[in-house]
Amino acid sequence: MSYVLGLKCRECGEKYPQKGVHVCEVCFGPLEVQYDYAAMRGKVTRESIESKPRNLWRYRDLLPINGEPKAGLSSGWTPLRRAHNLEKVLGVKELYIKDDSANYPTWSYKERVVSVAITKAIELGYDTVGCASTGNLANSVAAHAAVAGLKAFVMIPHDLEQGKVLGSLIFGPTMVRIEGNYDDVNRLCSEIADKYKWAIVNVNLRPFYTEGAKTFGFEVAEQLGWRLPKHTVCPTAGGTILPKIYKAYQEFIDLGLVADNAPKIYSAQAAGCNPVVEAIRAGHDLIKPQKPKTIAKSIAIGNPADGFYVVQAVKQSGGWGEDATDAEIVDAIKLLARTEGTWTEPAGGTTLAATIKLINSGRIPRDESICVCITGNGLKTVEVVVDQLEPPTSIPPKLDAFDALMATYQAQQAKTPAKVPAGV
Amino acid sequence: MAVKIRIPTPLRSVTNGADMVEVQAGTVDEALKNLCAQFSGMEKRLYKQPGELNRFVNIYVNDEDIRFLNNLQTPIKDGDDISVVPAIAGG
Repeated sequence: MSYVLGLKCRECGEKYPQKGVHVCEVCFGPLEVQYDYAAMRGKVTRESIESKPRNLWRYRDLLPINGEPKAGLSSGWTPLRRAHNLEKVLGVKELYIKDDSANYPTWSYKERVVSVAITKAIELGYDTVGCASTGNLANSVAAHAAVAGLKAFVMIPHDLEQGKVLGSLIFGPTMVRIEGNYDDVNRLCSEIADKYKWAIVNVNLRPFYTEGAKTFGFEVAEQLGWRLPKHTVCPTAGGTILPKIYKAYQEFIDLGLVADNAPKIYSAQAAGCNPVVEAIRAGHDLIKPQKPKTIAKSIAIGNPADGFYVVQAVKQSGGWGEDATDAEIVDAIKLLARTEGTWTEPAGGTTLAATIKLINSGRIPRDESICVCITGNGLKTVEVVVDQLEPPTSIPPKLDAFDALMATYQAQQAKTPAKVPAGV
Repeated sequence: MAVKIRIPTPLRSVTNGADMVEVQAGTVDEALKNLCAQFSGMEKRLYKQPGELNRFVNIYVNDEDIRFLNNLQTPIKDGDDISVVPAIAGG
């Protein structure tokens, strides 16, 4: 059964039925799915969730679908790992990595939003889906559309990393590179959705799409043993995931599934595209758009649609915002790989780098639980590290050549007694 | 100056379905005010109060967000193209 009541504007309260609709027609505010929470009480329980398969649809009672899931049956339920090595390096007591670089099938958090959007597109009778994307979303839309037998049109900025481009093309969508930045792509897509009557997942399916991001927060809570981390650090691009993780925590609290530990949430952005962090620092609600200039292309959104709600969630929770330079981002990517064996893309590097700065500045206490949200995979963005890693040594296939190499290596080791991970 | 204003789907119920409206104006603010004068119900959709747009209304002149120009006071040339664009979720 479905607990969905309909859609309601977050700004002015105008109500809408479930349909493909982008924003409130009265004030342009975002539409939020309304649920019958009273009817969920006693029915949506830890046991009811634990009895379902280990994918993101185990939280389907809190997702806006009416029938059976049509996409993403193997998506979600990504690892939440205790990061003991990173704890030692950073000098903190309890640190977790929620690792959506391992989200199937295209290795980013986008599987969550797309699984819901594609299911909804089918429910609403669309035969063509699309998106405006910085790469990860396009990958996910292309893959899930291929499985669902839908036509896919994915629109991206012209300067994306090759891994992100090929990561869509392999699934056979129609891909269009737009000569502009993501905000230009967005603007065009809003006009395309209007004209061609397609389901553009982050345009006219946005109210349903964004709800999928809650599953990231639900999983963190359940995997932590039905409790919430005290501090959650999350990257911010368009502003979808952070408010939805916070909403997920609040929904679990309200349903009595977890204790209310007053969780705090923090926004991480690249210094070259930090409109939300700037607003948090200045104490403003108003987001001043920027022209992005950063290696963290997946989060280079200068005019974040839901930036306002990121600021609200951060403020309400008592969290904060922090940014990271390109150099700090690369250092954090290496640190995460060399301590925890996770290779993330620059968005994840941004999040870890911001976490470190929040810890060092005292914003996040060292003795409380911290969750770092890793939302994408480094294999798609090799460009950012290709010149940052020591190239391998080449030798002839002779033992004496290897022995000579080892002599050099051991001499180097003798000079640096303690092994310190890079980037610290 | 004669300028064209592109009307997005959510506002077309107000413009009787028109996706493009031509107005005379010297600034963005004048253009939008003239649009509001032509269609009842437009003003509350665009403006929170005089001189202040609703939070989620983005206005572009040709291809530039007016917040990078001179906001509502951005001057308009003959033939300029104004777009009203709702915000879009990330990707």
